[in-house]
Amino acid sequence: MPESTVKHHQFPNGLVLVAETIPSVRSAAFTFLLPAGCAQESEERAGTAGMLAEWITRGAGERDSHELISALDFLGVSHSEGAQTSHTTLAAATLGTNLIDALGIYADIIRRPALIDEEVEPIRELALQSLQSIEDDPGTKVILELRKRFYPDPWGRSSVGTEAGIEAITPDDLRAFHEAAYRPNGAILAVAGAIEWPKLLDSVGSLFGDWTPGASSSLQLRPGGPNRDHLHKETQQTQIAFAFPSITIAHPDYYLARAATAILGGYSSARLFTEVREKRGLCYTVYSSYESHKDRAAVVGYAGTSTERAQETLDVTLSELKRLAADGVDSEELETMRAGLKSSLIMQQESSMSRSGSLAADWYHLGRVRPLDEISSALDALTPPAVSEYCTRQQIDQLTVLTLGPKPLALPEA
Amino acid sequence: MQFHQTTLPNGLRVIAELNDRARSIATGFFVKAGSRDESLDVSGVSHFLEHMVFKGTPRRGALDVNRDFDRVGAKHNAQTSEEDTLYHVTCLPEYLPKAFDVLSDILRPSLREDDFDTEKKVIIEEIRMYLDSPMSVAYEAVKELHFGGHALGQSILGTVESITDLPVDKMRAYFEKYYSPANIVLAFAGNSDWNDIVRLAEERCGHWSGPPAGRQTAVPRGTGAFKAILRPDDNQQTLIGMFDGPPLESDDRYAAHLLSTILGDHTGSRLYWNLVDPGHADSAEMGYQDYNNAGVFYTFVSCTPEEAQANLGRVDETYKQVMAEGVTEAELTQAKNKVLARNVIRSERPMGRLMSLGFQWTYRHEYMSIESEIEHYSKVTVADIRSVLERYPLTPQTIVSVGPTTDLHQP
Repeated sequence: MPESTVKHHQFPNGLVLVAETIPSVRSAAFTFLLPAGCAQESEERAGTAGMLAEWITRGAGERDSHELISALDFLGVSHSEGAQTSHTTLAAATLGTNLIDALGIYADIIRRPALIDEEVEPIRELALQSLQSIEDDPGTKVILELRKRFYPDPWGRSSVGTEAGIEAITPDDLRAFHEAAYRPNGAILAVAGAIEWPKLLDSVGSLFGDWTPGASSSLQLRPGGPNRDHLHKETQQTQIAFAFPSITIAHPDYYLARAATAILGGYSSARLFTEVREKRGLCYTVYSSYESHKDRAAVVGYAGTSTERAQETLDVTLSELKRLAADGVDSEELETMRAGLKSSLIMQQESSMSRSGSLAADWYHLGRVRPLDEISSALDALTPPAVSEYCTRQQIDQLTVLTLGPKPLALPEA
Repeated sequence: MQFHQTTLPNGLRVIAELNDRARSIATGFFVKAGSRDESLDVSGVSHFLEHMVFKGTPRRGALDVNRDFDRVGAKHNAQTSEEDTLYHVTCLPEYLPKAFDVLSDILRPSLREDDFDTEKKVIIEEIRMYLDSPMSVAYEAVKELHFGGHALGQSILGTVESITDLPVDKMRAYFEKYYSPANIVLAFAGNSDWNDIVRLAEERCGHWSGPPAGRQTAVPRGTGAFKAILRPDDNQQTLIGMFDGPPLESDDRYAAHLLSTILGDHTGSRLYWNLVDPGHADSAEMGYQDYNNAGVFYTFVSCTPEEAQANLGRVDETYKQVMAEGVTEAELTQAKNKVLARNVIRSERPMGRLMSLGFQWTYRHEYMSIESEIEHYSKVTVADIRSVLERYPLTPQTIVSVGPTTDLHQP
């Protein structure tokens, strides 16, 4: 089978293009990261990045709102636009033959949005309704609120914003954010699938090469917290969410951290699933997962269970965190973790969409794309003593715990 | 891409679409058994059984099942619908024998009583989780209301009461009846060898026995009724509408799918422009679901309680307009392009192909390559869509509303 190839190019204005040709697919996908996350918003205008991501697709270049969506539909483009903490992400997938045309439309969306004032009120209405919908989704709500408490602001923000922020945002606020944060320096365009590199490089150069760079902004950090909290809601289940600090993707111990998190709660025979669900039948969903910003990272865990069994669920979950630190991992667990992560890596090569997301993430965190062989060797090099030793260093004493439901639980001492 | 099929002497049908450019192989047992096959005294047994299948066999304890899948990095899961229970796994080609050993083993589960009692608690947690979701509550309710007494309206999960009261021997009897090899299709998609597959299937499943199960397939007729369920603590109002559509046996399903894309895709559809773009609803979609001898279109809207009645009116107007005027050539072309690209993208993963292959063979005894699937969509004309609209009027819908207001009525 012909192998995949990764290429990259940085344009003089700072924009990075990174691309991987996948010979076995007909589709092509891109992930466009713009340095326009909600971390860059002012707190009084929380919700700006998300509202702007909606506004830019309502007409751009020569096309009005209807014509723009129709043009994307005509090319068969599945797409999404939205803000996260660090970026605004535009992602799209279609047949490889339509990729360049789709990128042309996105050059308009990013650089030449119509930004018509009359569109802002409906967008505000949608943003307010999204906030309300999250109130009706306790599993999502608890994780968003956990991040606000765990990370120092602005790293715990989510793009849904606040009611006060959304009410206050003016069209000029959104324009100013577009002007400042939609810029090539700090932007990454990652493309994967059925592509021809020379043609792609040429097209991206003519679409984005003359895009003017802007000034980088710096962030003021403020503490999050509290690290023990309860949100009251009359639900059937109590939601339990916790987080503790981990190390970033660029850290030399990164693979140790991934291994420890996976063994704790990353697959169906991992410890949390086994102890909480399989042996005790305490809940339907329980997991732990790793997440990373550029300069900070976390292990985030979740369980949802009936109120009368929530205390036991929390206690068993926390005792598994301690057991991992005290007893370490065995070689069978390590083998299982390795098989799972390696299979996922290889299977990711079958999807241009998920591959483009990985390319973009690698570039953001590392400034390069890790070859699959490198990841594979790093996983092979892990040993039970090394992972066990890492587990003793996990900062589970810096735990943030948040519950949501009818009754608070007895939480461990802070 | 190569298609193969055979039927083992015990009636198990085995099919495979093999592609040596794929990096993985997906396989699944498609058991023709779901909530519509349940009598009311065992409501939820199909889904509960799906969980119990992972709780062990004479060769494996409950914990061994997950561990043996995870050891070879196999991604396994299962799902239960109104009509099918699907057990599937995706793994690297070299691990297929080991992953299939586990998957085929668990299809002959021990159904031990102590595991049954533990898993009962997990099922009840799953039911409670969905009770906290307005969308799930509304969907269960609208199916029940739309199908009247027809079995397709029965709950997939069952209720806390029906699950609590279910004895293990009733599950064992249900298993005996519906998990016979003649009631199952075993499908493969991805990178493997047909001779190896047949050998694996014969070795692992050749000894299974039992007669075909059969199914009641009376054609349901939607009631068009209306119901408002009060959930005072919800913030948004959730509205689901349902009306009859073509069954999976009909070639009208291609036109039906394109019609639902034109009217209710999450972006660029008529509902999008009429409800979401102006900010009247944070979500407004329409979909099409085909069943064995039945089919439905469904409408889903999430909005503020204050806008709910007006939105019911906007949906109704949207549907009345399309019934009067049909769809345009431009709309149809766009919908085809969207569906085509999405199908190609989905088919690039073996798991994406597996579902389509398995269900086609279960209900139509037919192989359809991705190319011929696309061809079927390409052939649909504006007149075909009009003909579907004439046979399946979009109004009145059966409607369920869930949320803080009950002051609503049929538009």
